[in-house]
Amino acid sequence: MELTLWTYEGPPHVGAMRIASSMKDIHYVLHAPQGDTYADLLFTMIERRGQRPPVTYTTFQARDLGGDTAELVKKNIKEAVERFKPKTLLVGESCTAELIQDQPGALAKGMGFDMPIVNLELPAYSKKENWGASETFYQLIRTLLKEKVSYSKKISPLRWKEYGRRPKVNILGPSLLGFRCRDDVIEIQRILSEQGIDTNVVAPLGASPDDIGRLIDAEINICLYPEIAEASCEWLKRNFGMEYTNTIPIGIKNTIEFINEVHKKLDLPLTNKKELENKSKLPWYSKSVDSNYLTGKRVFIFGDGTHAIAAAKIAKEELGFEVVGLGTYSREMARQVRATAKELNVEALITNNYLEVEDAMKKAAPELVLGTQMERHSAKRLGIPCSVISTPMHVQDVPARYSPQMGWEGANVIFDDWVHPLMMGLEEHLIDMFKHDFEFVDGHQSHLGHTATNTKDILNSDEKEENNPKEDIIWTESGRAELTKVPFFVRGKVKTNTEKYAILRGIPEISDETLYDAKAYFS
Amino acid sequence: MSKVEFNKETGPREVFCGLTSIVWLHRRMPDAFFLVVGSRTCAHLIQSAAGVMIFAEPRFGTAILEEKDLAGLADAHEELDRVVNDLIARRPEIKTLFLVGSCPSEVIKLDLATVAEKLNKRFLGQVRFVNYSGSGIETTFTQGEDGALKALIPLMESSNEEKLLLVGTLANNVEDRFKKIFKNLGITNIESFPPRQSTELPKIGKNTKVLLTQPYLSDTVRDLKHRGCEIISAPFPLGIEGSTEWFLAAAKAFEISELKVHEIISPLINRAKLALESHKEILKGKRLFLLPESQLEISLARFLHNECGMDLIEVGTPYLNKDLMKEEINLLPDNTKIVEGQHVEKQLDRVRESNPDLVVCGMGLANPLEAEGISTKWSIEMVFSPIHGIDQAADLAGLFSKPLKRNQILTSKTLVTH
Repeated sequence: MELTLWTYEGPPHVGAMRIASSMKDIHYVLHAPQGDTYADLLFTMIERRGQRPPVTYTTFQARDLGGDTAELVKKNIKEAVERFKPKTLLVGESCTAELIQDQPGALAKGMGFDMPIVNLELPAYSKKENWGASETFYQLIRTLLKEKVSYSKKISPLRWKEYGRRPKVNILGPSLLGFRCRDDVIEIQRILSEQGIDTNVVAPLGASPDDIGRLIDAEINICLYPEIAEASCEWLKRNFGMEYTNTIPIGIKNTIEFINEVHKKLDLPLTNKKELENKSKLPWYSKSVDSNYLTGKRVFIFGDGTHAIAAAKIAKEELGFEVVGLGTYSREMARQVRATAKELNVEALITNNYLEVEDAMKKAAPELVLGTQMERHSAKRLGIPCSVISTPMHVQDVPARYSPQMGWEGANVIFDDWVHPLMMGLEEHLIDMFKHDFEFVDGHQSHLGHTATNTKDILNSDEKEENNPKEDIIWTESGRAELTKVPFFVRGKVKTNTEKYAILRGIPEISDETLYDAKAYFS
Repeated sequence: MSKVEFNKETGPREVFCGLTSIVWLHRRMPDAFFLVVGSRTCAHLIQSAAGVMIFAEPRFGTAILEEKDLAGLADAHEELDRVVNDLIARRPEIKTLFLVGSCPSEVIKLDLATVAEKLNKRFLGQVRFVNYSGSGIETTFTQGEDGALKALIPLMESSNEEKLLLVGTLANNVEDRFKKIFKNLGITNIESFPPRQSTELPKIGKNTKVLLTQPYLSDTVRDLKHRGCEIISAPFPLGIEGSTEWFLAAAKAFEISELKVHEIISPLINRAKLALESHKEILKGKRLFLLPESQLEISLARFLHNECGMDLIEVGTPYLNKDLMKEEINLLPDNTKIVEGQHVEKQLDRVRESNPDLVVCGMGLANPLEAEGISTKWSIEMVFSPIHGIDQAADLAGLFSKPLKRNQILTSKTLVTH
């Protein structure tokens, strides 16, 4: 049993709903009690969808449990099939139905329908949302394509040459409630098209079961979101020999590497290599002199595996930040995140507990947080600027404007989204610096709210940290005055370090000189 | 009783479960913690309905069952023990801990009553434990509050003191208004249940006169009756009419003259009628379809028809206690179609066929209906907004007039459309 105040991921059947709702001509009969219908609002409110998710909840009640819940399942399946006439039916159960073991998938298969039926077994007490989405997508592809598996004939990535046409690829993984998927797909299709590569199928987002049947018309698969599509790509590789890409095109370097990888796999000559460097404004904006102040900014990163890893690479290599924390809530991606963290010389944080993330954030004393909506709230409490880079989705993460994360435009969006909060941070610093000037209007409101941005708060703050060394230590007038002059975003850290140093050296009173001694000692 | 048409429907539903009521209960009693014993789905439901992220640490959480908890109940009890110990160590300010049963905990027959009993012994004098079920296989949405209140009744001491007990969660400001009005009427001993602090439970007995503020408290009412309380029969204090009847019923129980009541509340009524005018202008003659969710539907239908001039197409309710709703049903116009339960697909067919001007529904259905050109109002807002009482009548009407007004603005012919 795990005490959870808030969770980054929903249960696995919500992942299945993401796949079903992303697609056309599919219906999902979910053996579940009425409360589970809350999940509809994730799609209709957060994504602002104008259609209900294609889901029928069997809505069993306590009084049904003594009787025949299996009959109830069959009745709902029959009604749903008659009403919605899906081309493929998904059948599964949520946490409670898993316990009563009606096996709705098997029941559905015994009802004599013509359409393919996918029996979803998503263990609700051990797995989570992304796993559920991945498994559903995989089972769906497997069901719809298993009869076409031919063990003798593998798909060659070079066959487009024989066919005398442009190479074709599938873009796999984008789904509803995925971070900026809608716009990433447009961006990636545009990039591929510029390179003379056609998109065969995008799935699950916008695809129908017929489109799934056509997946094998493409030469290779683009695995855009491994959390959702890697298992499917792997199955297509094993059974049809279809190669798939490993590079996630987030950031300039990765976008270029992605284009290279696609060309290499298709044996397609890359003709516009030089041009690629200038497709996005990020490299120049990052190089321009006023970005100098970005150098070495301490950044703390937490999110899903794919976006966290990409963010770490961009932060370090493309913006010149220092990554002081990296973590993910995706246990399935823990290995990759650990590897990236190791390269960056930080310890990876793998957790589903947001309070642990907040603690780690506090300890790392970053100047910028890149996280989920939850880290945005934690950062706000700590008075640190934050930009959101990952699910879980919030209505803010479905902006009206075109706002991808991937490709050239994605890099532009990332530059703006990450740097603007820092500029606000700088403004904050200036406000702090100038607040004693007579021209300064008292009561200037901080955009960060009334957070601990002044020395008094920091000196008086009741920090719950262990090993808090501040007992018995006195801050002299000059020490306090000097601390005021330290930029607010590192003031907490400077204070703690100075106190640590004072204890280490047995200095009972901290003066301005002690601050400088400590600074030299820790640098 | 007016000639109301009663129907029952079963089938797939689109209704929240009782766990959702934690969202307002935890705010009412800031010294209490609600620990759901359930699955990741339960945790996800509550956080999705409640916008949990704004809290540094919310006063509700879920002990998520894992595979190993399902293997043996003895272990599950031990695990729950451990979770509770950790929680209390971390949150020493908690005075009452509600152990809330869920669909999975009910199905595996986790005995929360026994767990609560044991914990009560261990934490005697520090934290009180009560348990109830908010499971979706037994309760819908607002019924969760019914369960929570019922669970508190055994902890209420007995007293034969005469008092008026307001039962059902109210917004604090509305509660204050009501108390002031009752004091003006001459009723001085007034308490509320649930109280603002979980430890300050009112004492009850044969001279306790219970006045319900919410229509979804069937089980609580039954247990209060068992404790000797007198239940005042009245419509619910929504709108001018309902609130007036409600005050009159209370006054009668305390032998206060009708004249006195009218004297005190008529200035309020006049003021409220004036405020209601502009909303009435928009709502009059508009056709309303209420889908089942909060159990407030019947009272809302009565208010929107009688005071705002709306026509009622269908009044859905997830559950109907005819006895408790007697006074409300009497006030409904003849031939009102009440549908208890739901077959969401068939009901949506009726929505589309009847071409309503406004549909009251849950959040899952609102945008899809809007996309079809049907204006909607989310029912969940009714349980979060201060809507009770004469002074709030115009605000209540405003919740329904706003979507229609907005629709008028956005489809105005003066706008150049692209």
